[in-house]
Amino acid sequence: MMDDKIIVCRCEDVTLGEIRELIQEGFTSLDEIKRISRCGMGSCQGKTCSQIIAREIAAATGKKMEEILLPTHRPPIGGIKLGELVGEEDED
Amino acid sequence: MKTKASVVIIGGGVVGCAIAYNLARLGMKDVVVIEKNFLASGATGRCGAGVRQQWGTEMNCRLAKESMKILENMNEIFETKRDIELKQEGYLLLAYSDREMEQFKKNIELQHSLDIPSRLVTPDEAKDIVSYLNTDKMVGGAFCPTDGHANPFLVTQAYADAAKRLGVEIYTHTEVVGIRQENGKIVGVDTNKGYISTEKVVNAAGGYSALIGQMAGLEIPVYAERHQILVTEPVQAMQGPMVMSFSYNIYCQQSPHGSFIMGFGDPNEPRDYNIQSSWQFLEEMAEKATWLLPSLKHLRVVRQWSGLYNITPDRQPILCESETVSGFYMAIGFSGHGFMIAPMVGILMAEMISDQELSMKLDLDLGRFDRGELILEPSVV
Repeated sequence: MMDDKIIVCRCEDVTLGEIRELIQEGFTSLDEIKRISRCGMGSCQGKTCSQIIAREIAAATGKKMEEILLPTHRPPIGGIKLGELVGEEDED
Repeated sequence: MKTKASVVIIGGGVVGCAIAYNLARLGMKDVVVIEKNFLASGATGRCGAGVRQQWGTEMNCRLAKESMKILENMNEIFETKRDIELKQEGYLLLAYSDREMEQFKKNIELQHSLDIPSRLVTPDEAKDIVSYLNTDKMVGGAFCPTDGHANPFLVTQAYADAAKRLGVEIYTHTEVVGIRQENGKIVGVDTNKGYISTEKVVNAAGGYSALIGQMAGLEIPVYAERHQILVTEPVQAMQGPMVMSFSYNIYCQQSPHGSFIMGFGDPNEPRDYNIQSSWQFLEEMAEKATWLLPSLKHLRVVRQWSGLYNITPDRQPILCESETVSGFYMAIGFSGHGFMIAPMVGILMAEMISDQELSMKLDLDLGRFDRGELILEPSVV
């Protein structure tokens, strides 16, 4: 199925097909899928993929969307350079 | 859920899953793992993912070396679904005083006697290994090329999958709420989803091991302490080894995925179960990392998190059966180095629980603290 090749997580290049396989395998929470596939660990921290994966989990398990818990939002929310943290000017 | 088990393991981290797999491998039936959250959701999945063999006591060297052998062959032995992401490009330990360097020399002598291929390095040689290393104030260092990294989630999952194939049942999102005993013997475990009768319980609860001990009526001399870590965006491979210093207090490695993982231990951290992240850590970590490894200043931090060390008085684990509660086993108190020795701990605990002779001598019983026989390991971070 072509849908399976759709990239769900653009940071870590994870496809819809891979997500569906993980759900089949028994990883039915965003937290577990994140830790096995890295979806949500990339630069965007799951801002793009979480909703899509949550919908897939809901479809596969029959759970309601609101029952699917979001992973912990961890600082620093947006990427920040180590150099900026020590007060150096951004050279880019 | 089963109502009867031969062994109930409390904790679905790498230690619990490795013990479960090895028990099943030794022929034990009806082994159960209870995990209150999901696999590797506690200390295992929050650790720095380093695996090193450069230790200062023979026992730790052996535990680490044998564990590394297993990690080296894990994909093949377990026919793992996913590569465990082992990277063996070394641990580079930095010394900032003559005294520290003397200790490295002693350690390396010991490591050589056990065929661990570590060596002393000068600051210049260290720079050959990590070109952008700031060697200011550095006296020397030690390097073991076969140390490195493995993915804690995938190693735990590999053990869990292999255990399940051998009949082990793993109950995630299930919490142990009580441990029952009669006449000093374990008789069962209460969970929030039902009671399991069993004569053997294994405390593999990581940061929460003291609480599980209390359920069995034991005051185990361990406490939880938050340790924080951050990770950067992934970049092309640029750093081979984990760079680490006990005295400068830092560890920093690039995972095979390309991201940098780094942390340090805060000596003023209170003893509690706090696992929030702090901005103080982020700032201090950035100061430390950009001084020692200046090129990293261009990398973006994408996430920080924390986890619990489970610390004993000598910062060495407790691996034993309780002397007062028969059938209560402990694989706890790893004090920050549980992941890297878990493969061997899994084997030894399984041997202990199934009353077999241990394949390696251990001095890690709980009684050592009362006897004053603490393990003097100089190389803990």
